[in-house]
Amino acid sequence: MGALLRKELLVELRTLESVPGMSLFAVTTFVVFHFALNRNVVEGDLAAGILWVTLLFAAILGINRLFVADAEEGGFDGFLLAPVDRSAMLLAKALTLLVYLLVLELVAVPAFALLLLGPSLGHALPGLIGVLALGDLGVAAIGTLVAALAVRTRARDLLGPLLALPLLVPIVIGGARASSPVLASAHHAGPSARWLLTLGLYDLVFGLIAYALFDFLLED
Amino acid sequence: MYGKGLRSLSISTIAVMTAALALVFFYAPLEAEQGFLQKIFYVHVPLAIVALCGFVAGGIMAIQHLRTRDPSWDMRSYVAIHMSLIFGVGTLITGSIWAKGSWGHWWVWDEPTLVSFLIVFLLYATYQPLRFAIEDPERQARYASVFAITAGAFVPLNFIAVRLSTAYVHPRVLGGTSNLPGPMALTFVVSLIGIALLYVTLCKYELTAKHARAQLRALRRRLTADDAATPPVRRSRSAAPTTLHPAAMMTARVTGKEGL
Repeated sequence: MGALLRKELLVELRTLESVPGMSLFAVTTFVVFHFALNRNVVEGDLAAGILWVTLLFAAILGINRLFVADAEEGGFDGFLLAPVDRSAMLLAKALTLLVYLLVLELVAVPAFALLLLGPSLGHALPGLIGVLALGDLGVAAIGTLVAALAVRTRARDLLGPLLALPLLVPIVIGGARASSPVLASAHHAGPSARWLLTLGLYDLVFGLIAYALFDFLLED
Repeated sequence: MYGKGLRSLSISTIAVMTAALALVFFYAPLEAEQGFLQKIFYVHVPLAIVALCGFVAGGIMAIQHLRTRDPSWDMRSYVAIHMSLIFGVGTLITGSIWAKGSWGHWWVWDEPTLVSFLIVFLLYATYQPLRFAIEDPERQARYASVFAITAGAFVPLNFIAVRLSTAYVHPRVLGGTSNLPGPMALTFVVSLIGIALLYVTLCKYELTAKHARAQLRALRRRLTADDAATPPVRRSRSAAPTTLHPAAMMTARVTGKEGL
């Protein structure tokens, strides 16, 4: 498992295929939002919405590329020949995606604060980190499952996002609702426990589903 | 094998549907606020319930498929989801009409049931594109089952998430029919049974048709194979297998009808 994870991260470091693209996409999207909404600063609901939509679409870029190298260069065959549990691949890929998302957020959140966010990031940061971490876990689990499902189809670039978006809607609901009080300027409230709990439960359920079903995707 | 009991099932469906419609129009009282418009409730809500149950049932059949590797379970799951999608279109249309009539808008966002139904519907709308983008019939069945299970689990979760996010506006029917007056509850239950029977009958028809088509194709192939092998040395070997992988019928549907 550790070896697999190291290999994934090494490949990404050498090729720089996904993460820089995702980060650049996120920053560009903030600029697009500035013009599309005609706002210089945002806060509260709107800020949470923009942040989550941007992160979601950037994540989908990464999800789309997650298994492409394995499908094209025979990584699946190599993995299946190795005497390891198949779930190791799920875990390695999900952790890789999680690392991608964390790096993405390291770039996107400061950029968001700089470009669009009205209230200062300092107050919001502790709450925001918790919400983002929970959301990332869910995106990583669902994204890995969906990427594996879509990668060996004819229209994978199309099917990946189409499959992923509806499944990620509850995460957007939870994430945006939980982070909107954090990003509001008026009162510095923490994220509501109800939404954090919802996000956590959703992560757990889909983590288990991905774990239970991933083996069936690797059978040939 | 799938055609057994089809006639009695069809007749009972027609009978219950007629009874339900009769009850809706002649027996159920007019609702005080919404008047005649409220009668769409007897179509919309059963359609929605049956479609959602069909989605979940498709997931359960997919679990059976992955456990037993029996391709007929995959076909059942496919038919259940396919039919639920059609019922889902009906639900969205009747729901929109009802929303327009009672709230004045075709679409109401602060109504969790309609919104979550839309999300579920959008997810399932990708089932067929996913399925038919995979050529190998065995892998197609396996991937479709994985999707069906994931999506089947997503249905209740999504409803919880969306319901949490909004205040209740929608008339709560799933909570219990006890808040409905007697005649309305009776009509509702009969309509629900009618629509459920309609769903089962249509599924059975589709299964029967698919099965018959596969048999026909297998027979045809055997016939042409027999013709081709005129010196019948080893006829039994050159003949095509009589049973076709059920998933293969579904690929045939998109890739075009096979020649004679």
